[in-house]
Amino acid sequence: MATFLLRRLLIAIPTLLIIATLAFVLLRVTPGGPFDGDKPMIPEIRRSIEARYHLDQPLWQQYLRYLGDLAHGDLGPSFQYRNTSVNELIAQGLPVDIAIGGSALLLALLLGCAIGMLAAVRRNTWLDRLGMSIAMLGISLPVFVIAPVLILVFAIQLRWLPPGDWVAGSWRHMLLPVIALAFPYLASIARLMRASTLEVLASPWIRAARARGLPTHTILLKHALRPALLPVIAFLGPAFAGVVTGSIIIETVFGLPGIGRYFITGALNRDYTVVMGVTVLYGALIIVFNLLADLCQAWLDPRVRLR
Amino acid sequence: MKGEGWMRLRRHRAAMLSLWMLGLVVLAALLVPLFSPYHYAVPDWDAIFGEPRWQGGHVFGTDNLGRDMLVRVMWGCRISLLVGVLASLVSVLIGVMWGATAGYVGGRLDSTMMRLVDILYSVPFIPLVIVLSVLFGRNFLLVFVAIGAVSWLDIARIVRSQTLSLKQREFIEAAHALGVRTPTMIFRHLVPNLLGIVVVCATLTIPAVILFEALLSFLGLGVHPPLASLGSLVAEGVVNLQSHPYMLISPAVLLALIIYCCNYLGDGLRDALDPRDRGA
Repeated sequence: MATFLLRRLLIAIPTLLIIATLAFVLLRVTPGGPFDGDKPMIPEIRRSIEARYHLDQPLWQQYLRYLGDLAHGDLGPSFQYRNTSVNELIAQGLPVDIAIGGSALLLALLLGCAIGMLAAVRRNTWLDRLGMSIAMLGISLPVFVIAPVLILVFAIQLRWLPPGDWVAGSWRHMLLPVIALAFPYLASIARLMRASTLEVLASPWIRAARARGLPTHTILLKHALRPALLPVIAFLGPAFAGVVTGSIIIETVFGLPGIGRYFITGALNRDYTVVMGVTVLYGALIIVFNLLADLCQAWLDPRVRLR
Repeated sequence: MKGEGWMRLRRHRAAMLSLWMLGLVVLAALLVPLFSPYHYAVPDWDAIFGEPRWQGGHVFGTDNLGRDMLVRVMWGCRISLLVGVLASLVSVLIGVMWGATAGYVGGRLDSTMMRLVDILYSVPFIPLVIVLSVLFGRNFLLVFVAIGAVSWLDIARIVRSQTLSLKQREFIEAAHALGVRTPTMIFRHLVPNLLGIVVVCATLTIPAVILFEALLSFLGLGVHPPLASLGSLVAEGVVNLQSHPYMLISPAVLLALIIYCCNYLGDGLRDALDPRDRGA
């Protein structure tokens, strides 16, 4: 266990380094810089601004400086939002993303498992077919189609829910973004859960449990659920990555004040530090979550050895 | 792959229906712009925001510049399908070579190559492609080479595990005894035997890539106007959602249809070619 954690930590550092380097190189080979406005800037002002952000130094020095700051947890100042650091931008935006993404992941997990299990138990009935067709639809419809359609139906036509915007702590404002974000992962989890439940239900220990005359719900919840969850847990890592990046789209469509919006405008305006900071943050989140998913898997199935 | 697999696919009703639908969409995408009197880029100021109707020829209506939506949607299908197929080809090529080499050679090379795949898995991949397409926005080819170059990871993993089991088989041992060299071994003896799983992977990669390109176009980072992809058409539809919902419906339905069909086809192919979980 301890060696496992240590090993993962040791892989995480070069991974983050690669992500940061990749982002740095990609941004810097781009034509255009953060201070190329419509109006030409007076050379002296330009030079002093560039000196302030160390943009006048050779690239390798800027790179080393960035890595040094990163090691201290400092993501640098934003170029676009004057007098604001990237850390502050992230601290503002992240709570929104955690609320939306966390709820979406939870919803996808709970509902997806329930639907998948139900479809497996009622295999080849209309219930199974309906559930799996909806799941296929969820996989096929991109988030940016689901979200506007939800807005059109529930906010504009029926007027049940607000079409966007963000009010802290209001579940009505969260409902539509969460559903839109959760739907594709809900669908994938339901499909995975159905397949794994079918496999588990065909196993000898379930037959033995049936032979002992245990009621169906006991068999399902006590004997089948745990092994059937394994592939779903393995999927949670990629699903989390998808939710994190999918929230960029959700934020644009619903006008939420999360970090994704800063990322998009940052990429368009060559706001180097914002783009790199958010990318590194996403990478770190994904690494942590993959680790959690692996630990969870080992806890569910003692046969899984952590290496 | 041949014969028996095809027979099993033929019995998979949803997959066959999807195959026909896809064929139909491809045919329409190729033919409609050729025979339509309208052009995807030429505005018609007398026909702005025309509702869809049979008379007058604008079956899907017209957009904010009076351009025929049917022609634009079909052009969108062309672009999306082209991107999907080409980028999937790139990712399948890289994935197969990477996975087969790592699995066959094994040892230290294998662990290094797969460690790199593990690392790349943690790279937040949508943000990076967004950055990439901001960089190379003017060069459309680079965008989908980039998509293809990052989406090969799953394929590499699957191919590697398949190679590991193929490696134990007698024909590989026989070839080895005959003195076949490693590159020949991989390309002549391993890869052809991986074809089934590769076909399945490719069909499931295509919809993922199409979604990806649509996403980029939705964010305004994909194709450049007046050319349209399904994603950029959906984005235009979203802008005009309140007043003219039909502008969202036709591209969204076609996008969903293409992806739905690709997914079902991939499922059917997997059932047909992978004997393991047949009947499940």
